[in-house]
Amino acid sequence: MTTETLELVCPAGTPAALHAAVDAGADTVYCGLLDETNARNFPGLNFSAAELEDAAAYAHKRGTKILLALNTYMRAGAPKAWYQAVDIAAHVGVDALIMADIGLLEHAAIHAPHIRRHLSVQAAASTPEAVRWYKDRFDVRRVVLPRVLTVPEIANLITEIDVETEVFGFGGLCVMTEGRCSLSSYATGKSPNMNGVCSPASHVRYENCGSRLVSKLGDFTINSFDEGEKAGYPTLCKGRFEANGKISYLFEDPTSLNVVPLLPDLIKSGVTALKLEGRQRGRAYTEKVVSAFREAIDTAAAGLMPTTPDLAVFMEGGKDTTGAYRKSWQ
Amino acid sequence: MPHSSKNITLTLGPVLFNWPVEQWRDFYFRVADEAPVDRVLVGEIVCSKREPFFTPHLPDVIERLEAAGKTVALASPILVMNKRERDAVDSLFEVGYPVEINDTTALQMKRDTAFSVGPFINIYNEAARAYFEKLGASHICLPGELPLSSIEAIAKDANVPIEVFAFGRMPLAISARCYHARANDLSKDSCRYVCSEDQDGMDVDTLDDDPFLTVNGVQTLSRTFHNVISDLDELAAAHVSALRLSPHSCDMVEASNLFRLVLDGKLDAEEANDRLAGLVDQTFSNGFLYGTEGFKAEGNLVFS
Repeated sequence: MTTETLELVCPAGTPAALHAAVDAGADTVYCGLLDETNARNFPGLNFSAAELEDAAAYAHKRGTKILLALNTYMRAGAPKAWYQAVDIAAHVGVDALIMADIGLLEHAAIHAPHIRRHLSVQAAASTPEAVRWYKDRFDVRRVVLPRVLTVPEIANLITEIDVETEVFGFGGLCVMTEGRCSLSSYATGKSPNMNGVCSPASHVRYENCGSRLVSKLGDFTINSFDEGEKAGYPTLCKGRFEANGKISYLFEDPTSLNVVPLLPDLIKSGVTALKLEGRQRGRAYTEKVVSAFREAIDTAAAGLMPTTPDLAVFMEGGKDTTGAYRKSWQ
Repeated sequence: MPHSSKNITLTLGPVLFNWPVEQWRDFYFRVADEAPVDRVLVGEIVCSKREPFFTPHLPDVIERLEAAGKTVALASPILVMNKRERDAVDSLFEVGYPVEINDTTALQMKRDTAFSVGPFINIYNEAARAYFEKLGASHICLPGELPLSSIEAIAKDANVPIEVFAFGRMPLAISARCYHARANDLSKDSCRYVCSEDQDGMDVDTLDDDPFLTVNGVQTLSRTFHNVISDLDELAAAHVSALRLSPHSCDMVEASNLFRLVLDGKLDAEEANDRLAGLVDQTFSNGFLYGTEGFKAEGNLVFS
């Protein structure tokens, strides 16, 4: 399956962000409902059923697709919110559902078969066999690949499957395999899989300790900053810890994913769609990052090397990485 | 039906750490001879680079365990990425033993081989559990972060045994990146197998020197030992029918003895917990069961 460009899939945490994304050139926008059915279950974020309906109308009128993320795992004994979300999606006419839970995939395939099913990154399908399993079982039409594969591995994978692929292009970077990480629930009791949150703000504290500023997640110190050093958000896997007798960013530096330098390779690999992370980010982020990627993709699709846009202000620690897409990251 | 804890069986999970191969083999020989566990999982599930060391010894280990009456299954890797790893998963289904599946790659490759579901497949609810029952799974071990309320909702109408993680450092994450290598300024490709230097994983402390996590190559585990010895009545009431003990360098035969004695009503949990604390000089936790921070000790569990 080859394409000559990449479908630009953009985040929208609010109706305002959705309008910004559509207007800035998104081919597709993804959003979530106001509850634990999606993995950005943050206060002040997401869409009511009525807002989703308005959003879909706004997007569809401008030729933009709208996807609904139902990418948490259904709470045992209480699947109702997720099943209702499928009903809402059917009523609103979203273009696809993004799901990881096997019970929910089965439910959606039976009860709303006409809505396309995309396999969420939270299902971490990292091989042709894993992708085929979901395709054979639930007829998923697209798989969002986990951030563990190099570009050559992605290119090989694509030759062995007949499902569209979507990869992450910009924003927050999970360094652990998505959907298989309980670090947040170990430290805070709240997890991406069950609660739709990671290192939640409700558990974050900043404390002055002499001239240093200490960031904490629950009971644990995640980082400590010198006076004048920029203090980042204490995402658990981007903290400074001590191991093997030295202090370091053991898992990953505070950094954001940015694949602009790899866009020509990703297009050549036959990837269908490029996803920007950041439903929790504001309208300014959406406008700037979506416009920058619209231009970069169009440049790469024209066979030219895109210049890397200056998005440092939107990056963790003001730095970027190509992450697992390059083997040296491992 | 309400279960009696007497009917709960014990499973020994796969060794997660990179032990010297002789130690690994002798560990299983001793388990075969002495440990009151019913089911034993074997195989390297964390890092494919370690697998060639253990595979040649698998037939001897399996034979010894089977001769001792243990049910043996091969555990499949948690994260599969390249062709070599995919081929290794495929070959698991040619050995002739049941396979515990930890990734959907293995699910697609399983053919007609008998299989069970490991804790790295995301079964978070009764719908997913029922789906795997339809596929023919013989046994399901649930993800470690599930609270008792979810465990009960999943287990109460189950047609197959439902197992939960019961003892040992809790696996929390898996990555393409090797943190053992990274902590030693090495890359995964040229790792020099530095993970073999830490029998129970490498300590990760916060900047305040608080014990926090444990690194085992590409895997991250809890620093605390998850320990449900004080929660066996609750687990039985939640229809749990098997407990998973995860191998560490402590005396696992004695740890399994203590769990068996408490399950059989022959030793009280408090006494057993004291004796477990004597085996493991680590903090205990069971917070996941109670829906709170995983590192915390809740209910009757004594913190250390």
